[in-house]
Amino acid sequence: MLKCFTDNRFNTHGQRLTVHFDSPNLYGAVPEVSPAKGDPSSAHRPINTTTIMAVEFDGGVVIGADSRTTTGAYIANRVTDKLTKVHERIFCCRSGSAADTQAIAEAVSYQLGFHSIELDEPPLVQTAANLFKQMCYRYREELMAGIIVAGWDKRKGGQVYTVPMGGMLVRQPVSVGGSGSSYIYGFIDSNYKTGMTKEECLRFTADALALAMERDGSSGGVVRLAAITEAGLERSVILGNQLPSFSA
Amino acid sequence: MTTGGFSLGQPTPSVKATTIIAIAFEGGVVIGSDSRVSAGASVVNRVMNKLSPLHDKIYCALSGSAADAQTMAEIVNYQLDVHSIEVGEDPLVRSAATLVKNISYKYKEELSAHLIVAGWDRRAGGQVYVTLDGLLARQPFAIGGSGSSYIYGFVDAEYRQGMTKKDCQEFVVNALALAMNRDGSSGGVAYFVTIDKDGTDEKCILGNKLPTFFDE
Repeated sequence: MLKCFTDNRFNTHGQRLTVHFDSPNLYGAVPEVSPAKGDPSSAHRPINTTTIMAVEFDGGVVIGADSRTTTGAYIANRVTDKLTKVHERIFCCRSGSAADTQAIAEAVSYQLGFHSIELDEPPLVQTAANLFKQMCYRYREELMAGIIVAGWDKRKGGQVYTVPMGGMLVRQPVSVGGSGSSYIYGFIDSNYKTGMTKEECLRFTADALALAMERDGSSGGVVRLAAITEAGLERSVILGNQLPSFSA
Repeated sequence: MTTGGFSLGQPTPSVKATTIIAIAFEGGVVIGSDSRVSAGASVVNRVMNKLSPLHDKIYCALSGSAADAQTMAEIVNYQLDVHSIEVGEDPLVRSAATLVKNISYKYKEELSAHLIVAGWDRRAGGQVYVTLDGLLARQPFAIGGSGSSYIYGFVDAEYRQGMTKKDCQEFVVNALALAMNRDGSSGGVAYFVTIDKDGTDEKCILGNKLPTFFDE
């Protein structure tokens, strides 16, 4: 069954984007000049089949992601930034449909900004996570979005909340998502320890992402990392040739 | 898929939902598996030993359809017995793996099973072969089954060349425990077999004695 609606946004080429849904698992935005409508093989929608990760530590969080966006077999963007700011100390890691997650992040970012002005203080990470959850749950049939929300606030310090596809919400000390995450559950379970420092968390995240990128064809490129604390935000990039390597 | 004009209404027992692993060290191999056999959502056997002997010092680990995998192992066991009588000495691990591969490849459309073959022989020491989809490849270690997806990162990070027998046993047990925790289709107890020139040593680690991790 074919449903479609027009999303009033433009892609980087200035083309109006139209969203087509023709199967439960394929979502995204294609330029209006794409092949004939109703063509079921137009599977060329930008997807962040990816590996994303977030770890809490005492005083903040570390978040990381790979940098590959694919449309079918073509890598549309090999240096994607999947770590998106929704407020000064709150970020989200995006996986799934590139269009869906960008749209959700923009909407939540607007809502959070408004809420923060009303409150006259920085919003809570739990608030941001709930806004993501409400949107992802309400539109669960239409969306393909797996999001990890992470940040720092005065009340509970560093927090990581995961909102996987389907729209549930749970807080976890360490969370991974995206297609590459399957391969690193064993590594995460065996290597995570409570009480790690920021530097240990950064190293742990970089190692885990490198392992996932090695095994998952849909993850790759560079590793983008960010550490969020009360003091602020530190972003870094690990280029492909500088990634940790393992003997296997 | 129907046979004989009638179809089975219910799911058939499968060990595809499984985790199997084999690793070679200087002088032998360690091969291990979980113990769950599921038919759909039901666990039909929670203590199945998926490590099947093909010869005295050659074992294989079963994954995929339970019937297909067991039958392949039995056929190769028979063929290896005949072969070893003909040549008058113990068969090579590579011979066993080739026999498994021949069946996997010839009947690849009909069968749905992946066997990892591991053992020790005098010529090349400890060896591990994968025979997925009918290919034959020797590897320093191999993982298979649905639970293996979750431990790719772990085995890539933890494997080092020159591990001792004890290191390999720990590696196998840790890997199985991690996979069994994350894969709903793997579980039960962990079996592992250590094969070297002195013989084979079968061990079973019960569920409550498996290594635990930070969230348990």
